[in-house]
Amino acid sequence: MLRTVVQRLLQTIAVVFCLVSFTFFAVRLIPGNPFADEKAIQPHLRERVAEPFGLNESWGKQFVLFWKNVLTEGDFGMSTSLFGRSVNEIMATAFPVSLTLGAGAMLVSLLIGIPSGVVAALRHNRLIDYASMVLAMIGICIPTFVLGPLLQLWVARNLPWINVAGWERPSDIILPSFTLGLVVAAYVARLTRGGMLDVLAQDYIQTARAKGLPAFRIITRHALRPALLPAITYLGPAFAAVITGSFVVETIFAVPGMGQHFVTAVTTKDYFLLQGLVLFYGTLMGGANLLVDIVLAAMNPRLREHA
Amino acid sequence: MPTAAAQAPSQASAQKGASLWQDAFRRLRKNRLAMAGLAVVLFIFLACFVLRWILPHDPNEVELGNEFAPPGPTHWLGTDQLGRDLLTRILDGGQISLLVAVAATLLTVTLGILYGGIAGYVGGRLDAIMMRIVDGLLAMPFLIVVILFRELISGWIELASVFLIEDWGWSRDFVLRFSNIFPLLLAIAAFGWLTMARIVRTQTAALVHTEFVEAAHALGLPHRRILFRHILPNMLGPVIIYATLTIPSFILYEATLSFIGLGIEPPNSSWGVLIKEGANYLESNTKMLIIPAFVFSATLFAFNFLGDGLRDALDPKAAKD
Repeated sequence: MLRTVVQRLLQTIAVVFCLVSFTFFAVRLIPGNPFADEKAIQPHLRERVAEPFGLNESWGKQFVLFWKNVLTEGDFGMSTSLFGRSVNEIMATAFPVSLTLGAGAMLVSLLIGIPSGVVAALRHNRLIDYASMVLAMIGICIPTFVLGPLLQLWVARNLPWINVAGWERPSDIILPSFTLGLVVAAYVARLTRGGMLDVLAQDYIQTARAKGLPAFRIITRHALRPALLPAITYLGPAFAAVITGSFVVETIFAVPGMGQHFVTAVTTKDYFLLQGLVLFYGTLMGGANLLVDIVLAAMNPRLREHA
Repeated sequence: MPTAAAQAPSQASAQKGASLWQDAFRRLRKNRLAMAGLAVVLFIFLACFVLRWILPHDPNEVELGNEFAPPGPTHWLGTDQLGRDLLTRILDGGQISLLVAVAATLLTVTLGILYGGIAGYVGGRLDAIMMRIVDGLLAMPFLIVVILFRELISGWIELASVFLIEDWGWSRDFVLRFSNIFPLLLAIAAFGWLTMARIVRTQTAALVHTEFVEAAHALGLPHRRILFRHILPNMLGPVIIYATLTIPSFILYEATLSFIGLGIEPPNSSWGVLIKEGANYLESNTKMLIIPAFVFSATLFAFNFLGDGLRDALDPKAAKD
C-alpha cells in the first residue's frame, strides 16, 4: 500500500514538473512578449522594462532560476500584467475565493448526484428512474456557459437577495456553485445509479433481504458503500472539471478567483502568473487524484489486501 | 438488407463477416432514442451546410433600425443587436462548430489508430514506452494544455499570415479566418487522440493473439495486409463508438474556449461565440441566448444518444439493462 502511494506520488511530481515546464517554454515560444501592447515599444525600452523580471536572460537560466525560487523560497515571481503585485500575493487572495466556489460546487454535485442516483436505481426502469436520468443527460448537455446566464436571468432577477454577479455577500456563492456543480452532479448521478444497480443484483443483498433486514438498512449499510466506488473514482476528473469550469463560471459571475486570473494571464502573456497558476492547478489535480486512489483502496477491502 | 438479416437465423452471424454490421444496424434501428439522435444530427448538418446557403441573408449583413427584431416572415428567428439574421448566424456558426469538431475527431482517429496500432501490434518494450507517454499526457489537465498550445500555434500562424497573404497570394479574408480556426482545431486534436490511442492499442494487442491473426502470420502474409485486412476491420466498432462520442465533447470544448474568448473570434462565428453574445445581451433580448443555446444543447444530446445507441448496437455484450 505504502509503496503504491509513494510510486503514485513520484508520478504526480513528474507530471506536474512536465506540465509546468511545458507552460514555461510554451509561453516563451509564443511570438511577442508580455510588454508588447498595442503600442509598439522601442526595443531598448522593452529591455529595460523586462530587466527586473529577469526576462533578458537565456531561457535555460530563467528556467533554473524559476525552479530554484519556487523550490527554495516558494517564490513564483512578479506578475507582468498587474504591476507591482507578486504572483504569490495574487494567488493568496484569489485562492480562498476559488476554494469556496469549488467546495460549493462539489457539495452541490454530491448532494444532488448521490441521492438521485440511488433513488433512480431503487426505482429501476420506473418513471422516476427515467426522469432522473433524462435530467442527468440535460445536466451534461447544458454547459455551464448556458446555465449560468439562464440562472442569472431567471433566479437572480426574481430573488432580491441574490445578486446577478459579484462576490460580496455570502449569498453570492449560491449561483456560481450551482452552475459549476450541476454538470458534475449529473455524472455522479449516472455513476451512482450504475454502481447501485450492480450491487443490488449481488447475492449478499439477496441474503440481507432474506434475513428480513429493513430496506433502508440494507441500502445504507450494505449497498451504498460499494455502490459509491464508481462515483468516487470519478471525483478525480470531477475536480479537474471544477477547476477548468471555474474559468467560465468566474467570468460569468464576476468572481475574483484564480480562474479569471488564468484567462487574463493567457491573453496578456503574463509568464510568471501563468507558471504559478499552472503549477498550483497541476499540484491540486494530482493531489486530488492521489487522494481518490487512497480513499478507494481504503474503501475496497480487496484492493487493500492485495496491495 | 436489414430485413434479410432479421429473418436469418442467429448462426448466420457466425458464417458471414458482413452480417455483424447488418446485425448492428438492425439493433440500431430498433433503438428509438438513437434513431432520433441520428435524425437530429442529420437535420443539423443539412441545415448548417445546405439551408444556410438557401436562406437569402448574409450572417454579417447589418440592418440598422431593425435591431432585436422578433421572429417574423423575413427573419425567421428575428435579428440580433446589429440587425443581423439570427437563424443565418446560427447556421453559419454551426458550420464552424461542426467543422472544428468533426475535423479534430478525424485527426484524433487517424493519430489514435496509427499510434495505438503500432504500440499494440509491435508490443514489448516499444509498447510500454509509447503507452507510458500516453499515460503521462493524459494526466495533464486537458483544457489548460489546449489553451496554451492554441495560443502558441495561433501566435505563429498570425506571424506567418503576412507571408501567406503577400507571398503566397492567399486571400486576406481566408487567412484571417483560417488563422483563427486552425490553431483551435489542431490544439484540440493534439491532446484529444490519447484515449483513442489507448482504445486502439487494447484492441490490437488482443487481436494480435487471436488464432486467425496467428494463422495469417503462419501463411506468411505481410504485416501491412494483416493490419489492414484482419486487425483494422475487427476494431472498427469501438473506434466508431468512441469517435461518435468524441464529436460532442469537442463541440463543447470549442464553445467553452470561444466563450471565454480563447477560441473562435469574430468575424468567424460559432455556437460558442453566439452564446457569448447572447449572454451579453441577456437583459435586452433573451432569445439571443436561448435559441443558440437550444440548438447547441440539442446537437450535444443527439450525438450522445446516437453514440450510446451505437455502443449498444455494435457491442451488445457491454449493453446493460
